Amino acid sequence: MLKYVGRSVPRKEGTAKATGRAGFLDELRFEGALHARTFRSTIARGRLAGVRLALAGDGFTVVDWTDVPGRNRVSEQCEQPFLVEREIHHAAEPVLVLAHAERDALLAARVELDEEPGEPVLDAERAREAFKTVAIEKGDAAAALASAPVVVEGEYRTGHQEHAYLEPQGVVAVPDGDSLAIYGSLQCPFDVQRAVERLLGGAVRSVRVVATEIGGGFGGKEEYPALIAGHAALLAWKARRPVKLVYDRAEDMLATTKRHPAVVRHRTGLDRDGRLLAMEIDVLLDAGAYATLSPVVLTRACIHATGPYRCDAVRIRGRAARTNTPPNGAFRGFGATQTQFAIEVHLDRIAQAVGLDPVRLRERNALRSGDTTATGQRLGADTSALAVLRAAVRRSGYRRKRAAATDGRRGVGLALTWHGAGFTGNGERWLASRAALETTPDGVRILCASTEFGQGTRTMLAQIVAEALDVPFESVELAPADTSLSPDSGPTVASRTCMVVGRILQHAAEELRERLAGLSPGEYHRRHGTLSVTKEYEPPAGAAFDDERCRGDAYATFAFGCHVAEVELDRDTFEARPSRLTAVVEVGRAVHPVLARGQVEGGTAQGVGGALFEHVTMRGGRMTNARLGDYRVPRACDTPRIDVVLLESPFAGGPYGAKGLGELPIHGPAPALVNALRSLGLDLREVPVRPDAILEAACGSS
Amino acid sequence: MRLELNGKEVELEAAPMARLLDVLRDVCGLLGTKEGCGDGACGACTVLVDGAAVCACLVPVAQVEGASVTTIEALPEGHPLPRAFVDEAGAQCGFCTPGMILTALSLGRRPSRARLQEALAGNLCRCTGYEAIYRAIGRAR
Repeated sequence: MLKYVGRSVPRKEGTAKATGRAGFLDELRFEGALHARTFRSTIARGRLAGVRLALAGDGFTVVDWTDVPGRNRVSEQCEQPFLVEREIHHAAEPVLVLAHAERDALLAARVELDEEPGEPVLDAERAREAFKTVAIEKGDAAAALASAPVVVEGEYRTGHQEHAYLEPQGVVAVPDGDSLAIYGSLQCPFDVQRAVERLLGGAVRSVRVVATEIGGGFGGKEEYPALIAGHAALLAWKARRPVKLVYDRAEDMLATTKRHPAVVRHRTGLDRDGRLLAMEIDVLLDAGAYATLSPVVLTRACIHATGPYRCDAVRIRGRAARTNTPPNGAFRGFGATQTQFAIEVHLDRIAQAVGLDPVRLRERNALRSGDTTATGQRLGADTSALAVLRAAVRRSGYRRKRAAATDGRRGVGLALTWHGAGFTGNGERWLASRAALETTPDGVRILCASTEFGQGTRTMLAQIVAEALDVPFESVELAPADTSLSPDSGPTVASRTCMVVGRILQHAAEELRERLAGLSPGEYHRRHGTLSVTKEYEPPAGAAFDDERCRGDAYATFAFGCHVAEVELDRDTFEARPSRLTAVVEVGRAVHPVLARGQVEGGTAQGVGGALFEHVTMRGGRMTNARLGDYRVPRACDTPRIDVVLLESPFAGGPYGAKGLGELPIHGPAPALVNALRSLGLDLREVPVRPDAILEAACGSS
Repeated sequence: MRLELNGKEVELEAAPMARLLDVLRDVCGLLGTKEGCGDGACGACTVLVDGAAVCACLVPVAQVEGASVTTIEALPEGHPLPRAFVDEAGAQCGFCTPGMILTALSLGRRPSRARLQEALAGNLCRCTGYEAIYRAIGRAR
């Protein structure tokens, strides 16, 4: 019987947040701090011929690329500079940063860029350059397609999506002798530390990065904070003063990463009973101007592109194309959202083509334990695609509602999805994450770099440790996510924190418990001083992945989800109004059911936004609706009722059976909603779905 | 200028067109009121002016002369609303939470779901999908 895991214990970080006392970045105040402002390219591609400054008064600190003491590269794998040298690759690319004690002086500063425009590439389908290609082969898809009695083809498109975390990006850089501290709203302290160390080179002895309270991330604070931290660091280093750099909303939306737009083409062979015989899938992602995380987003997109279905003959080709928009990056779902939109909408078209009910078609093809995925990974006993599908159909009343929906106004549709938690392939092996526990006079303290940005990281990790150590939950505390205190437990991304970092901490707690030899941690500490245990990630036994060929065990395991969407169509305005979403997810074990449910509700709402409301408009490679008033994030009045069911099918490699959870719920809403519209006779194959597309589809179908 | 801030008469000096948000944060040191967008679209800076929920980023401070302004800091320790937001995970990242709680405070007792959907439409939450917020407000009242 578990004492803490599986119970909705009081949340460690809750009270400070709900009383306004939580210290977000902009609440940090440093004596003598300067404010900062970034000047950016206005063209999508070209050359920077010169910069003219008109600064009224003194007290300005000016930094351009010539001030970089180390390397002007944000990451080792990518040529993205912190500051433009000569070539401009996208609009809103940072060129120069300025600091001053007075905000008004910064606002009054004039900086003119002498830009020589070139011809930008703004259409990923016409882009000649690719940052990465992926090829996945299983069986002989060409032969299986040639002999298949039924072949269905289709092309599906998804657009940009903006994270719209409520707290914009921000950092403070504080010089201290020959060292530098960075405080920031960021998901990955150690990634930022490495980036700033590379930037400052030998000029600095040490860089310390501390994550503050974080007002939402969703992937948007995965890679971008390294860039903004670098800017603040350069200014602080030159000015020898603390520098605070906080984006306003428009700048944040204009300059930072977004979800990759995608074009996915399917060619699928089936027998007359609707069994999948062959799948040919072509995935194109618009990477934007620099590689950043696109190679790994593409790999995940491709591995998930078949959806949770069995098929012996699969051929997947992926390409992350270089264009001249700001780089697209990590966003909850990480490419798998786009490809699963495609397969799930495609399946409902297949269902029509073979005259099968969409549920029956999915039941027939859903992955079972023992089946293999496109990469040849054999699935374990925790595979639950069928279980979530059946539970969602039952819970939502899908069949009854589908049969009753004959008025052309109320549609119902579903989508079945999966998500592999943790880094893809050998990623976790390379990360070799570490986390530690140490005794304190009052109990035990967790040391890890995993950040809290709404998921409940700190509560959930404390539950796992309390359980494994058999100590009161209240006696487990967490050190701040600070690179000077904690071992590198890896980035807080990829639905990995519970399954991977939680597992490391479980092992640490088990070892600590043995070494305490019956004493409580506090008692031990008082008698013998600090006892600490550090553990490292252990890869699952026997797992192997060939990165070159994209074959083998891509993820430790998969979590499964099924969304049923009900939608009402306004026949006058052609708006689609979601009325209810049912989400059934299987997550191994829900460590904290209230928080787990919150992840599913929130992910579902973001998925609804991406499906119906959130439309990034670009002109000349520049976002033209970069305001929260113009880019429509779901409001309370737009968001449907969300009914969540958590299923548990424990995974032996996760802490108390837990799998990753954060990303899974964002996959299903968009295809389920589009399939609901399809049930009204509307042939839609692209999100976001706007009223004009519905009108066009309605004209086409009548 | 004079106003009533969280139940106390205060006198402060500020440029008349300064944003109430900046005055609260930088002059009064009340950091619970957050800036999410600066143009009234997100509601993170919601405060109550004479009991009505407004965006502090849109209000020139001169407009609240003589008025009663309530921020999240006015809620006493153990107030049921923040407590319910913790228990129901109505706060995930917590950035929208102070504004959300103040809007909730401006509503009558036991608002219906439809009323909440309408009243909270000016307070964006990107984390929760609002369900947990409705549960929290329902539980607190």
